[in-house]
Amino acid sequence: MIVIRLIAALGSAVLGMLAAVGRVALFAGQTISHLLRPPFYFKEFGQSLITIGYFSLPVVGLTAIFTGAALALQIYEGGSRFNAESVVPSIVAIGMVRELGPVLGGLMVAARVASSIAAEIGTMKVTEQIDALVTLSTNPMKYLTVPRVLAATLAVPVLVAVGDAIGIMGGYLVGVNRLGLNSAAYLSNTVDFLEFWDIASGLVKGAVFGFIVALMGCYYGMNSGRGAQGVGRATKAAVVAASVMILASNYLLTELFFSA
Amino acid sequence: MITLHQVHKAFGDNHVLRGVDLTIPKGESMVIIGGSGTGKSVMLKSVLGLVAPDAGQIIVDGQDVTTVERDAFLARFGMLFQGGALFDSLTVWQNVAFRLLRGSLKKPTEEARAIAIEKLRRVGLKENVADRFPAELSGGMQKRVGLARAIAAEPEIIFFDEPTTGLDPIMSGVINDLIREIVVEMGATAMTITHDMSSVRAIADDVAMLHDGVIQWTGDVEQMDSCGDPYVEQFINGRAEGPIEAVR
Repeated sequence: MIVIRLIAALGSAVLGMLAAVGRVALFAGQTISHLLRPPFYFKEFGQSLITIGYFSLPVVGLTAIFTGAALALQIYEGGSRFNAESVVPSIVAIGMVRELGPVLGGLMVAARVASSIAAEIGTMKVTEQIDALVTLSTNPMKYLTVPRVLAATLAVPVLVAVGDAIGIMGGYLVGVNRLGLNSAAYLSNTVDFLEFWDIASGLVKGAVFGFIVALMGCYYGMNSGRGAQGVGRATKAAVVAASVMILASNYLLTELFFSA
Repeated sequence: MITLHQVHKAFGDNHVLRGVDLTIPKGESMVIIGGSGTGKSVMLKSVLGLVAPDAGQIIVDGQDVTTVERDAFLARFGMLFQGGALFDSLTVWQNVAFRLLRGSLKKPTEEARAIAIEKLRRVGLKENVADRFPAELSGGMQKRVGLARAIAAEPEIIFFDEPTTGLDPIMSGVINDLIREIVVEMGATAMTITHDMSSVRAIADDVAMLHDGVIQWTGDVEQMDSCGDPYVEQFINGRAEGPIEAVR
């Protein structure tokens, strides 16, 4: 009997997870379908671009500069074991633009943006503002979800690009001032070794992560439970789901872009 | 005219509506009474299409609400929500003129603002509240703004969900009188849900009592006190003893 109960519990957990994946996929499909059909709410899109993109710059920039700096120290220490200190500029640059820039940028945006979107839309749901939108002939998917998802998909690659540049600068500052590397050689090494696809792949990852972050925020906000506890749970679930999906999709995208 | 025929709705094991039959004639003010959690809000939201009934039919002026073109259908409705449901991120006038600033009823901004200010005046608010945010207003003022938003696009049908909840008795009286005046003035069909008996007497032409998922009694408001229905009598007199079980 215990074995059957265990199998039943496992089965029900797997079914629950598959149902959740299905609901998120349907929500994503609806979002894309509304993205392509009018009406479009340009003012809401502009506001989302500012709150998601512009106001995330400080946190993404700070994350990038410290990450680039720590990366330079680590690679210098590791490289010195086999006299390869000269690889610091190229590995910092490639590491930042391919992986750390998009992933850490995406995670910081997930913490900042997925939580705020889920809390805002969740509160709107529990105070009947979403129902009010419907009665005022306004589709909540078009008015709330589409502008946020589109803004995040466009803004996060820009944040990643800025983060990449700041991260490389962090590595440069540590490399030149702390490790005594030659300034001109550092810069020329960085430029010489970086290829177009290194940068472009990171920006594509940024767009995917932006889409995931806003989608998760909107999905959990729209499906928030009642009361303060419901909104709290929705906010937590949005950040956790966005973070896990960013890391999982990062692996899949890396396989897709770079596996030979 | 709004007609509900054998409307059923369940949430999991909780069978909220068990065959609701009700007719609201055009231009009449119908008030639905019933205890908390009896499904009054679910019934109202079913008419608007915010909740999909499991079975039964809801017909508004000859059209089935499940097959009607949504935007044109909803453009005929106005609704005052229990908590106001004002949009926090918009100013008072933008809330009132929400429908006039976008979609099929879109008007130039200045015209929409002028209409919003006129509607605010109609509900007793001065022009200086127009540029404030909802969070800066008292509960009574928020209800008035909600009322102004509900009537801004001159709807033919207006729904009021617990219009006096959370207000003091005097403010409740003011809101009740306003609702009655506006409904008469606009000639609108009104459906109000409440458990406040002062609202019932001030607003209603007709009353319906919802209990156990069905309409227990419906009739003219003047017949309510002498209807002889034990459910209605217990409810309107606020008795703990009677056919409606009170959870103690």
